[in-house]
Amino acid sequence: MVLSEQDRRLIAEIQEGLPLTSHPYLEIGSRIGASEEDVIERIGRLQASGIIKRMGIVVRHHELGYTANAMVVWDVPDERLDDIGMRLGNQDCVTLCYQRPRRLPDWPYNLFCMIHGQNKERVLHTIDALVDSQKLGDIPHKVLFSGRRFKQRGARYV
Amino acid sequence: MDETDRAIINELQIGFPVCDRPYRTIAEQIGTTEEDLISRLEIMLEQRQLTRFGPMFHAERLGGGLSLCAMRIPDSEYEWVTNQVNSFQEVAHNYARDHEFNMWFVLATETRERIDEVLKLIEAATGYRVYNMPKQQEFFVGLKFEV
Repeated sequence: MVLSEQDRRLIAEIQEGLPLTSHPYLEIGSRIGASEEDVIERIGRLQASGIIKRMGIVVRHHELGYTANAMVVWDVPDERLDDIGMRLGNQDCVTLCYQRPRRLPDWPYNLFCMIHGQNKERVLHTIDALVDSQKLGDIPHKVLFSGRRFKQRGARYV
Repeated sequence: MDETDRAIINELQIGFPVCDRPYRTIAEQIGTTEEDLISRLEIMLEQRQLTRFGPMFHAERLGGGLSLCAMRIPDSEYEWVTNQVNSFQEVAHNYARDHEFNMWFVLATETRERIDEVLKLIEAATGYRVYNMPKQQEFFVGLKFEV
């Protein structure tokens, strides 16, 4: 999908968030010189083309009591990557699951998943249970807990 | 946080309607009023329980670049390097992690080409290598944080 000037104006208007008023799309329209119907249609097209992945919220997990966040990285043989990636991605406790490139020899891990929990012990327990249930005992992995968070903002696109 | 707040968080992680009265639609689903939903969302945003409320974009499909980057920084240099890295507006968030690779940040740029440029600038500013680890494949993940 090729973005028009008006699409870009719309994205610029909504990327920081939606207005908290009863007719949010009317409000956005009034800022970019478009009707409510036009805004609704355009957002629908952006969703259909996958440019908008979803509408909704992103929670700040730390403030919701999920204070431990672990990035678990695995060194998965290439031929088993899809299978293991799918299985991990389908687990309730896994909030993100991505294949990323190895950076040999310094970094051998090619599968990354995020696991959040109320504290480190619980997260470690969850990971142990995952290794057990998914029979991943032979896959080398490391658990990287986060310490300080220095910066968190949404990305800006236009 | 009460039952209604929890219902809002669980519901809005799945999606938000695109129609003329979206707050009313959601409010009806969870058994409250439009005004109540809006004021609760205001409070949650103010108290920073939510980082974002609105559209989540697919950066690559917008022509932008997005990558996870890691660095190995000695403890004695960590603070100084963090300040250098965070001074780039393309750095979206930056976490310390307990590993030899101890600095992890996300780069979000307007164009794909800009990722490499910013990486080189960060390396030049800090004197340390930046390991670029862009997403190659995403595996399905369902609902994020049930509360």
